[in-house]
Amino acid sequence: MPREKQQEYRDHSTEENEEIQPNSEITDNVDDLTEDLDALLDEIDEILEEDSEEFVENFIQRGGQ
Amino acid sequence: MAVPTIIGTETEFGISVKNAREQDLVAASTLVVNAYKSRNIPTIMWDYAQESPLMDARGFTVESDKPVSEDANNSVINDILINGGRYYVDHAHPEYCTPECTNALDLVKYEKAGELILELSRIAAEQLLLDNQEIIIYKNNTDYKGHSYGSHENYLMSRKLPFSDIVDGLTPFIVTRQIIAGSGKVGAENGADDTNFQISQRADFFEKEVGLSTMVERPLINTRDEPHADSKLYRRLHVIVGDSNMSEFSIYLKVGITSIVLHLIEKGVVGKQFSLQNPVAVIKSVSRDLSCKRKIALKDDRNWTAIEIQQAYLDLAHQHLTSEERTPVVEDVLAKWEFVLNGLKSDPMSLSQHLDWIIKKKLIDAYITRHEFKWTDARVRMLDLQYHDLRPEKGLYARLLKNGHVVRLLSQEEVVHAIQHPPSDTRAFFRGTCIRKFPNNIHSVSWNSIVFNGPTGFDKIMMERPHFGTQAIIGELLNTCTVDELVNQIRID
Repeated sequence: MPREKQQEYRDHSTEENEEIQPNSEITDNVDDLTEDLDALLDEIDEILEEDSEEFVENFIQRGGQ
Repeated sequence: MAVPTIIGTETEFGISVKNAREQDLVAASTLVVNAYKSRNIPTIMWDYAQESPLMDARGFTVESDKPVSEDANNSVINDILINGGRYYVDHAHPEYCTPECTNALDLVKYEKAGELILELSRIAAEQLLLDNQEIIIYKNNTDYKGHSYGSHENYLMSRKLPFSDIVDGLTPFIVTRQIIAGSGKVGAENGADDTNFQISQRADFFEKEVGLSTMVERPLINTRDEPHADSKLYRRLHVIVGDSNMSEFSIYLKVGITSIVLHLIEKGVVGKQFSLQNPVAVIKSVSRDLSCKRKIALKDDRNWTAIEIQQAYLDLAHQHLTSEERTPVVEDVLAKWEFVLNGLKSDPMSLSQHLDWIIKKKLIDAYITRHEFKWTDARVRMLDLQYHDLRPEKGLYARLLKNGHVVRLLSQEEVVHAIQHPPSDTRAFFRGTCIRKFPNNIHSVSWNSIVFNGPTGFDKIMMERPHFGTQAIIGELLNTCTVDELVNQIRID
């Protein structure tokens, strides 16, 4: 599994390196966030924790490392 | 002088129980870790005899209590995973450590597998609570009230290299790396200058340049000298300044470029040429410069931006890495490093599908605009926190990923596979496979040892070289032998 994946990466990045361009595979695979930003914000309206003020205030952790 | 690349990360998670009468974070963390454990192997202990967290890389030892754990308590708070990693309760946080990996892509896979393990445990633990109670786990680094918890990276390095060379070569890199690896944070903490939004979760907590502590007066370069390997050959550099990342792209570049820079330091091509006048102040000022274009004073009075400092390291990598060192993943990391530096130069917001702090900033900006919130509104801080929520239905990063708004480097199948299978090319293969095959014959485990519970007593197998114990070396033997045969065979060798 990792070996095949890495081989793909080699092929891909060698091409990219020669032309020094942004990685087109990466940008092409993703929808532009701005296009359906509104839909996303609607979704956040629904899932954002209720009582944010109280929740954030009560979120107290002990310091770790 | 360069040693094989071996990387691992440790993540402490924030935890909260909704509608609890009181927040007992130790109990909640223990419940979560054990909820996963109960479906795994209950009896193997963590072998603290191999740990020496108070040894300082500069050559002295600090007097304090070593970590010890009563037997009964030990197996309650520790789970050694069949992927070769470790899952346990550290202070008042659940903590996951990846197995040792040889490259940045594997590291991303095992760190993401850890997030799934946390989510599986969270769901199981929640069944044990009252109906109206919920456990929430955050992969972030702060409660916004001055309490920070870490995301630590570990890199195997040569013992021959003087520690001061690491401090000189790494400091300018590590305080500017956040423009790529920061997770973003609303507000300031720990007495640092006020700000609406900053690049790093952790920057405000760093108070000195070099030191041993990880919990108070945190240093940019941590000197803990606990190699978990042959201490004559190796040291393990313990990097504590980084943020916990949600974005696969951010994790990948964070560990990928750091590993490359450490190789450059080992090769002697990075010395004091980029030394900064005041790195502790710089880590905070860079965190507040969302343009990434403010000038930073070097010791020799040159003034460079954070992007220019990163570019200088990248240029050295292009000049000095040999063809053997340019593995497929290293080549890819170099290309993506160049890509993000170019993006940051032209417009940081162009990376709003790649880097955590920019993904988060764009989301918060849009939400603030829609609702006309102030930056100090609790709902804005909630957005920040909820970005790191591990629940797929509630976490904002998780929603962006699901809806295709952020880049991914791995398939879900690869991440799931990594829950059950160790990397094949480090000693984690031996550890994970032994735990899967011989769970009832193992007394305890540490990073560099396994104690087998044999018919004639305990047999401790040391694994002092992290790049040994691989599938290629020991896979066939592990496939065919009994536990006694394995121990005998290794004893003879």
